[in-house]
Amino acid sequence: MELVINLIINGLATGMLIFLLAAGLTLIFGLMSVLNFSHGGFFAWGAYMGIWLFTTTGNYLLAILGAMAVGLLLGAFTERVIIKPVYGNHIRQILITLGLMLVLQEMLKVVWGPNQLPARAPEFLSGSWVIGDIVIIKYRAFIILVGFLVFFLVHFMLKKTKIGLVVRAGVMNKEMVQALGININRVFMFVFMLGSAMAALSGVLLAPYSGVIYAEMGLEFAILAFIVVVIGGMGSFPGSLFAAILVGLSGAFMTYYVPDLSLAVNMLLMVIVLSIRPEGLFKVKG
Amino acid sequence: MTTILNVEQIETYIGQYHILQGVSFEVPKGEVTVLLGRNGAGKTTTLRSIMGLNPPSKGKIVFQNKEIQGMPTYKIAGLGIGYVPEDQGIFGELTVEENIRVAMKDNSDATMERITKVLELFPDLKKFWKKEGGHLSGGQKQMLSIARAYINENDLLLIDEPSKGLAPIVVERVMESLQDLKKSTTIVLVEQNFHMASSIGDRFYIIDDGKTVYSGEMHELNENQDLKKKYLGIA
Ligand SMILES: Nc1ncnc2c1ncn2[C@@H]1O[C@H](COP(=O)(O)OP(=O)(O)O)[C@@H](O)[C@H]1O
Ligand SMILES: [Mg+2]
Repeated sequence: MELVINLIINGLATGMLIFLLAAGLTLIFGLMSVLNFSHGGFFAWGAYMGIWLFTTTGNYLLAILGAMAVGLLLGAFTERVIIKPVYGNHIRQILITLGLMLVLQEMLKVVWGPNQLPARAPEFLSGSWVIGDIVIIKYRAFIILVGFLVFFLVHFMLKKTKIGLVVRAGVMNKEMVQALGININRVFMFVFMLGSAMAALSGVLLAPYSGVIYAEMGLEFAILAFIVVVIGGMGSFPGSLFAAILVGLSGAFMTYYVPDLSLAVNMLLMVIVLSIRPEGLFKVKG
Repeated sequence: MTTILNVEQIETYIGQYHILQGVSFEVPKGEVTVLLGRNGAGKTTTLRSIMGLNPPSKGKIVFQNKEIQGMPTYKIAGLGIGYVPEDQGIFGELTVEENIRVAMKDNSDATMERITKVLELFPDLKKFWKKEGGHLSGGQKQMLSIARAYINENDLLLIDEPSKGLAPIVVERVMESLQDLKKSTTIVLVEQNFHMASSIGDRFYIIDDGKTVYSGEMHELNENQDLKKKYLGIA
């Protein structure tokens, strides 16, 4: 029993980290039809900046806010300078965002050195709670909590605010949004910054969970996030949460029960979902 | 009589295709100008060119004494042009209310009044206020699209084939509502349904093969069987 609960908690925690990364990707893809391969770079920069801030100041909240600020800035810069000239051209988008990804990765090595760095959770989130036979690692519970919190905040924003409404409308029909007098470029930038901040948050949250950070972590996680975007339905925000939890849980269980298959399971999931529902689990209707 | 919109010899490419090859027409303020022509003649492209969705590469579009060709779509809309596209452009996963809210430029009393008025005109929209746009019937979608264009104080509405795909009885309803809107707004109407076109329109232009080829007062067309046969395929 406690094994199953532990696997669920691990799966949920990993799922939430993937969700935070995938949510931005799916919104960016849904709204701007941009495949952003540099997304993992924002994630890694969030991790490095956060851990650096935490080790130098000891202030965990500052570390999280700093990571998100880096995400916001990188997102704004990327959308305005890198992506804007290549809207509508997928091949160029892939090349230029992959290029940016590599640049971001190498810059991490320039600033913080080529070796992996240790990352710890703050004191108040270290250790675990013991309830009967069940041991709950505090930091994992914290990740799950933050993940849900972000989900509900963004969900509320998308459902209830004017900008959120415009974002959803834009995912369904970009031309019509503009024909109603709305400057979609501003909306693009907003979504890009939001998505990048979530990616950076994911990175800084992951760091103490995995214990180390390294420059290549972005690309590794971004692949999982891409799978989640495809499974959840491109452009669907709730879809990205659902699919991320699915991928997180199946990863946790497979690693334990069928370790040989643990790497293949995500691909397998994607193949199964795509063969039943080619548009993903949550299709966005135009 | 003031001209609110003047389209002068526009030419528009879509990709490599030279779709519009000289479309010109004038829209007098307060009237309904109808664009006629067979399928594929370039009527939709003409409206999209005005909105900046397929910007023309040549020619001029003057709206209230301002050249708007080449401006971004949102600015053109912001000048006071409402657009009801051929496919209605409803946001399928947004409710009727949300579709309206996306369109609202502000929360002013004037806007609220217009919303109230448009809901009187289309009681169905009020009834299905919380229903997803994608689940509305074709006629209701058309009404929502018209309502959305109307709630901001636009000086001109571009409406693309509002009768398309609708049952005759629903066409009557849409027609009545356009009759009503006509009292307060200038309209450019693309319409294949001759009954609708002739009962709402004041003047018409015929577009054929990407060019305006004929124009006149609506009643002239009613009487001109040759013209109807030649360009519209109706006798
Ligand atoms: N996206 C497009 N790509 C290529 N050709 C197009 C496109 N859209 C319209 N056309 C062509 O432009 C011509 C005019 O189309 P349209 O303006 O929709 O005509 P209408 O509204 O009068 O039926 C047609 O021949 C159509 O095939
Ligand atoms: Mg058409």
